[in-house]
Amino acid sequence: MGTMINIQPITRIEGHARVAIELDDAGNVADAKFHVMALRGFEKFCEGRPVEEMPRIVTRICGICPWNHHLASVKAVDGVFGVTPPPTAVKLRRLAQHLAWIPDKLLHFYFLAAPDFVLGPDSDPATRNVIGIAQAAPDLAKKVVSHRQRGAMVLEKWLGKVIHPVAAVAGGFSRPLLEEERQEFLAETRDQLEFAKFTIEYAKTEVFPKYLDTVKTLGVINTGFIGTVTEDGTHDIYDGKIRLMKPDGTYDDFAYEEYTDHLGEHIEPWSYAKMPYAKKWADGLFSMDLESPLGIYRSNALSRINVCDRISTPEAQKELELFREQFGRPAQLTLLYHWARLIELVHNCERAIELLEDPEITGRDIRAEVEVQAGEGVGCVEAPRGTLIHHYAADEEGMITKTNLIVGTTHNQAPINMSVKQAATELIKEGTYDQGILNTIEMAIRAYDP
Amino acid sequence: MAVTVASEWLNACSGCEISILNIGDVILDLIPEKLELVHIPALVDSKYFGPTGDGESLTLPQATVGLVSGAVRNAEHEEVLKEMREKVDILIALGTCATDGGIPAQANIFPNEDIFEKVFRDCPTHEPAETPKDVIPLYSDSVTAIDEVVDVDIFIPGCPPHPDWIADALLALLDGKTEWSLPERSVCDTCPVIREEKSAGGAAIKRPLENFEYNPEEPLEKMRCIMEQGYLCLGVVTRAGCAGKEGTPRCISARQSCRGCFGPIRQGAKPLVDMMGALSSIGQDAKSVTDRRAMLNRFVGAHKNLRPLPARNR
Repeated sequence: MGTMINIQPITRIEGHARVAIELDDAGNVADAKFHVMALRGFEKFCEGRPVEEMPRIVTRICGICPWNHHLASVKAVDGVFGVTPPPTAVKLRRLAQHLAWIPDKLLHFYFLAAPDFVLGPDSDPATRNVIGIAQAAPDLAKKVVSHRQRGAMVLEKWLGKVIHPVAAVAGGFSRPLLEEERQEFLAETRDQLEFAKFTIEYAKTEVFPKYLDTVKTLGVINTGFIGTVTEDGTHDIYDGKIRLMKPDGTYDDFAYEEYTDHLGEHIEPWSYAKMPYAKKWADGLFSMDLESPLGIYRSNALSRINVCDRISTPEAQKELELFREQFGRPAQLTLLYHWARLIELVHNCERAIELLEDPEITGRDIRAEVEVQAGEGVGCVEAPRGTLIHHYAADEEGMITKTNLIVGTTHNQAPINMSVKQAATELIKEGTYDQGILNTIEMAIRAYDP
Repeated sequence: MAVTVASEWLNACSGCEISILNIGDVILDLIPEKLELVHIPALVDSKYFGPTGDGESLTLPQATVGLVSGAVRNAEHEEVLKEMREKVDILIALGTCATDGGIPAQANIFPNEDIFEKVFRDCPTHEPAETPKDVIPLYSDSVTAIDEVVDVDIFIPGCPPHPDWIADALLALLDGKTEWSLPERSVCDTCPVIREEKSAGGAAIKRPLENFEYNPEEPLEKMRCIMEQGYLCLGVVTRAGCAGKEGTPRCISARQSCRGCFGPIRQGAKPLVDMMGALSSIGQDAKSVTDRRAMLNRFVGAHKNLRPLPARNR
């Protein structure tokens, strides 16, 4: 065996991981792996807990997307108890979902991803970060910090906790939206929409054009895609059916409860993260071979942008059309995740505004009657990083007996591994590499926002 | 000279790091003249083995202040934590996972083998598989708070800690202070709801399957105490501060009960014991709390508060 290159920790991502690249005797890449070493065991320790407590426990799976776990969980809980929340409660949950995505998108684009593009992939690592950006573009940085913060504070003002929320409850919501809050948040969200439109314009004119060559090559792989759409195929992050698209653009749609018919998980001996794959493709085989992958699909923004037939709001739909004209459907280039994410940022602002303009949003009928019973429920929403699947079963006391969780980034485990290997193989030749090259490999990971 | 800060996350969710970001301008204005972030994986490209990964051993930069979120769950967490202790003057345990284990310490209810058995051999989406072992750091015997492994100078509990307190502690250290702590008050001490202090007469505790009685148009000052409405609320045994320096407890303002995310009021107190006493004292049937042991230790499963029970009692 030749040299091992160890990139650890992977930085400017939202979790823990490392990359190990193995070079052969000639100094070319023999193998590369993305290792996830954390295992907290939520699927086990939720057993025995009261079903109605689950939305307050599983938030801790992720401190960046706790709202999404909170909401997927509460939908699974509703399923276990066989209860349908009143229309206003569903709208409140949906509003929280769209509001929570706004600061998340700003965080990823400006804080985590932008340093590579604005300062350069091989710039000084000591300043290749959000603080470096603040020094290079102080006015923009101030706007970014303020918008991200204010985006988060809307939820905090309304529902107490923005990180690890508590307001979605079995059968509905714990607190309504008051009229004065509605007006305040509407003004705030309209301002967020303006900033979102600025952000996508800025990215399209100042950022992406400089990196078109990199976009065409870095981490590029050919896969299928997963995402949630409404009955008529419209992009939706709160509710609908799951669409699983093959690399050729054909797809299957299925209900949440049918996920085990379509999705399997592959386990490698060198990572705690499981690798979901499409088990109806390729006779149920799984392979991360770069030339002929089997069963591999991707999640997160690019994936949702690929699987949807349309977006329901006008500005985001315009952006989707422009994107498709340029890159087709499905678009495979990995760095396009950044672009797709900004289309969704615009959509989230637009959709939150629509919800805040809906007269029913301030309704007072926010919780249905709940009775403890034995049952099973599958709750799904889109998290920024992909389709969240929470599957619970409970006994007649309403205590959890079984859980199965597939979380957003898990869907991308195999694709990230493939993109890392592709990038490393292209960039490291005859034993030559430096920090800029290793960081460029990390850029392929950051595109997935794991 | 700027005060240098290094930050690491162990068995954590990154909520504490988002809470650092939520401090906003107060911190941003200090960077980089007064405060310099030398290591924080979420934001800064600083690597354990150097920029090209050829270092011999896991190394963190020297810093005045070290912030560690998350509990210790494996050998690598332990190594990072010990290296951090070595390299910083003042070590801060940030968030309830670091101070008390947090929600992931619910795992301490089960032996490790049960966790692996469930996760890798009992899920409907895959066939049973071997537990991954290649290059994966050794799993610890249990989830431990960081003060069970190294000496800790400052504790900032909370899930997540409020940005006010993170800023307050950092500003105190910038001022040259070496100590900082949250006041020892309970959530109830800062909760404005109405308490009538009538005995519940031995009533069983209700599960939160309906919303509490309150008028949404009226402030919290007009809502009756959640415990007195007959539901479990852990405010009485939980340290105050979730809403920052001012403001009402966060979950209560969402018209939800407290689940104890700021940990015990005093370091080392046992919320399970104290809560059983508190419930009895207001005439409620303390034994009727659903899933009592896990519920009353929801955020504090480290420090041996939660341990596997013999199989027949599980």
